[in-house]
Amino acid sequence: MGQTLAEKIISTHCKRSVTAGEIVVVNVDVCLTQDGTGPLAISQLKELDMEIAKNPKKTVLFIDHAAPSSKKELSNDHIKLRDFAKKTGCMLSDIGEGVCHQVINESYVKPGDILIGADSHTCTGGALCAFSTGMGSTDVAVGIALGKTWMRVPETIQIRVTGKLQKSVYAKDLILHIIGLIGADGATYKALEFSGDTIEGMSMSERLTLSNMAVEAGAKAGLIASDEKTREFLKENRREDDYARVAPDDDAGYERTIEIDAGSVRPTISFPHTVDNVKTIDEIKDIKIDQVFIGTCTNGRADDLRIAAQILCRKHIHKDVRLIVVPASKKVYLDAIRDGTIEMLVEAGACVMAPGCGACLGVHEGVLGDGESCLSTQNRNFRGRMGNPNAEIYLASPACAAATALSGRITDPREVL
Amino acid sequence: MGKAHKFGDDISTDLIAPGRLFHLRSNLPELAKHVLEDADPDFAKKVKKGDFVVAGRNFGLGSSREHAPAIIKLAGVKAVIAKSFARIFYRNAINVGLPVVMCDTDKIDDSDELEIKLERGILIDKTRGIELDFPALPKVMMTILNDGGLVAHIKKHGDFCL
Repeated sequence: MGQTLAEKIISTHCKRSVTAGEIVVVNVDVCLTQDGTGPLAISQLKELDMEIAKNPKKTVLFIDHAAPSSKKELSNDHIKLRDFAKKTGCMLSDIGEGVCHQVINESYVKPGDILIGADSHTCTGGALCAFSTGMGSTDVAVGIALGKTWMRVPETIQIRVTGKLQKSVYAKDLILHIIGLIGADGATYKALEFSGDTIEGMSMSERLTLSNMAVEAGAKAGLIASDEKTREFLKENRREDDYARVAPDDDAGYERTIEIDAGSVRPTISFPHTVDNVKTIDEIKDIKIDQVFIGTCTNGRADDLRIAAQILCRKHIHKDVRLIVVPASKKVYLDAIRDGTIEMLVEAGACVMAPGCGACLGVHEGVLGDGESCLSTQNRNFRGRMGNPNAEIYLASPACAAATALSGRITDPREVL
Repeated sequence: MGKAHKFGDDISTDLIAPGRLFHLRSNLPELAKHVLEDADPDFAKKVKKGDFVVAGRNFGLGSSREHAPAIIKLAGVKAVIAKSFARIFYRNAINVGLPVVMCDTDKIDDSDELEIKLERGILIDKTRGIELDFPALPKVMMTILNDGGLVAHIKKHGDFCL
């Protein structure tokens, strides 16, 4: 039997042909940590007496979760990260550079790589056909020092999407629909492999949105075969030479295949407090929203901001709504400044913050008040996620977010586009 | 022997170690005072050394923050028992030396007195007078757990020895 993407990539990293279920030690190409997990990784490396990186140019310490710092304790954590980078020659991605998952894919990861990251959304790199997976600080610390990790070769669920998405339906609606279908633990310990003509037609930004949310179905990775779109993306980021074609075998063995007709997907909203609690826009009643957040590793890219700006252009957000916009990276921010997107958003009433994770995880820059509701383009809506267990979070596409910012109620983007 | 503290399904790492306490991550003893606070505000006060966290499906879903199992362990919890676990939490728990056990937790009530025999895969609910079997950890994870976690494993062997 042939191999899935996960089996192929893992095989090349342990120098033998593997199949799902085997436990192997693999070489790791890229490691990342962020300011919430990096300090613990450094402490573990000290404890191990291994304050070194096997591959410092491919070990990236991000400061993106609380960037710039909002508390002295975090500032001290940031000092620890900067000192470690200086001492070991590891790469530092400091405040203003952007969210780890955006920057690592713009600048470091290539098709066929194995990336381990101390952040659950490391699976975003699957969009470039890298076997990218989230782990804890200690696993990544050992990966940094030894250049390897252990893993179980996952079974793969193939998600085949065919046909054309309707107008005002985006990759975000598709992935929320998929998570609703398989459930928040439907792919635990497994890999997802997205394929079909809908996926082939998607831009890299849309593919990053899909792979980013694989972990919300419990998956270890969310892989997409590399193709000309991948090559284009690498070329835009001045590293076309990093391109390699990686595709599954025609007779690869999947645990199961889920077929999805793209044309049947509607604008989809994830309701509090789990990501798989989805409803289509047609099923929901009048829901008042206090804050709209557009950004994050899920939907903070230039095209996401452009879609929002197109809806908000020459209009103003509802008087009872706050709109917070956070570009996912410095590159995204500059693109959106240069093409006028940021100007349109600010004129419409948006509060634009520095590239980073922003309000997504409840540290700063948009913590919700008691009883408030937020509609966000992020990937998670667990109770307490945005800093307050007495608040509610809805997840949707940037188009739905912009339409909602105009009306103050969760709004079908088809009404305004 | 220890007491069961019962929780429901989908206990996320945001409920175990919330993002609003992000600044306490380099101070685990302080963060441990808030363990599981958003799921049960009194848990940190009630829990005693040797007690058990008992939950439903998909325990520990969400973030990769290893601080979540680390503070559950620091609070004195002997093991987490759940119907199923999210992948990263499961791996992190073993890495920090916190045993994780998968079994049908519907049969266990809050405050039941429990005893666990990890090597034999048996959980005894003394209050109900029942024994529940659970599958053994994969060999790799048992090795890491028996060595005292991943740091201790690497210190002992200088490399993975699985």
